Amino acid sequence: MNGIHDMGGMHGLGPIEIEPDGPVFHAAWEGRVVALGDTMGPWGNWTVDRFRYLRETITPADYLTKPYYEQWLMNFLRLFLEAGLVSESELANGRPDAGAPKHEPKIRIEDVARVAGREDTARREDGKTPRFQPGDAVVARTISPTGHTRLPRYARGKRGVIDRDHGIFVFADTNAHGRGENPQHVYSVRFAARELWGESAAPRDGVYLDLWDDHLDPA
Amino acid sequence: MSQDHSHDQPSDPALQVKALESLLVEKGYVDPAALDALVDAYENKIGPHVGARVVANAWLNPDFKDALLTDAKSALAELGITGWRSANLIALENTPSVHNLVVCTLCSCYPWSVLGLPPTWYKSGPFRSRAVIDPRGVLGEFGVALPEEVEIRVWDSTAELRYLVVPQRPVGSDGLSEDALAALVTRDSMIGTGLARTPGAAAEEAPA
Repeated sequence: MNGIHDMGGMHGLGPIEIEPDGPVFHAAWEGRVVALGDTMGPWGNWTVDRFRYLRETITPADYLTKPYYEQWLMNFLRLFLEAGLVSESELANGRPDAGAPKHEPKIRIEDVARVAGREDTARREDGKTPRFQPGDAVVARTISPTGHTRLPRYARGKRGVIDRDHGIFVFADTNAHGRGENPQHVYSVRFAARELWGESAAPRDGVYLDLWDDHLDPA
Repeated sequence: MSQDHSHDQPSDPALQVKALESLLVEKGYVDPAALDALVDAYENKIGPHVGARVVANAWLNPDFKDALLTDAKSALAELGITGWRSANLIALENTPSVHNLVVCTLCSCYPWSVLGLPPTWYKSGPFRSRAVIDPRGVLGEFGVALPEEVEIRVWDSTAELRYLVVPQRPVGSDGLSEDALAALVTRDSMIGTGLARTPGAAAEEAPA
């Protein structure tokens, strides 16, 4: 979707508020949100792609102003409700509904190492035959889907060169909407800074994006 | 906020999270001890100190550096660094002629296994919007000025690949131990918004 999250190339968002070595969590609740997400994950089976899409649907005003982990909290509440893990009345009352079943936690303290040890879950062995190889000239497709896509606006319609083939991955654009994993090659594509931004960019600079086969056409 | 929150969900995230956690514990989904252990892992087990050790090893050992740049996952496994959904890690070497800078314009993708959770500015609009269109201006805000002839490569983490920058080894660091070298490697130098510290300046130097 052409949302506020797709920020690459925007002006006017202000100076970067640099923090040298801040704490990992600026308040205790932030860490609890992240950990709750980890421990609730096995109950819901949502995907990271769905999670990212939900965050994109937060209103622009909230997206720009609400603390990052509060946005995660908003996401998790929606996911818990969607999965039927909690009800609206339980969230309102802070107590289990009468007669609600009592469960046993799936992540105990002895399982934490396994949570931490999770590797990538998006890479696949098999997928569509790659249409490109390193050195190929490509053009990023001009698309404007209302749903999730990992092809940012600033690269659409722009010409680049395949830098390397990363292998086969779940296609986030379909997986976020439950329309299948659609595994295919992901490439690092180099776009000259001047192709993206015009003459104001430095002549030698470049931007590398990781794009899926379905984001690209031969140039 | 009002003390009266009889029916509505509390709007303060701290209260809201506390209420949510106790509900999920009461329903039996969540073990609070596991939450404590996870928070501890995020705060203490992962973080830039892990990446700094990787970079120090790369500076000391050319074979390790080659392995890291070729197949970071296997090289990191040698050092016992795994997990945190960062298997698809790619290491990028800064040289006198090439400077790499990492961003996620669409969200907040970051190499957790080597850098931990991202700093707030990395997830913020100002950095995400301008890193791709004005990397030299962004670097300037971090106090880094690169010669015009240096090629800047910005890596926008739009898929499940994660990027670690291997900064240039600073002059005057010959003969230093792995620990002393690792102390020169800042978080920002591994994102590409900073350079490694110069020996002797390590103690007092702080980003602008």
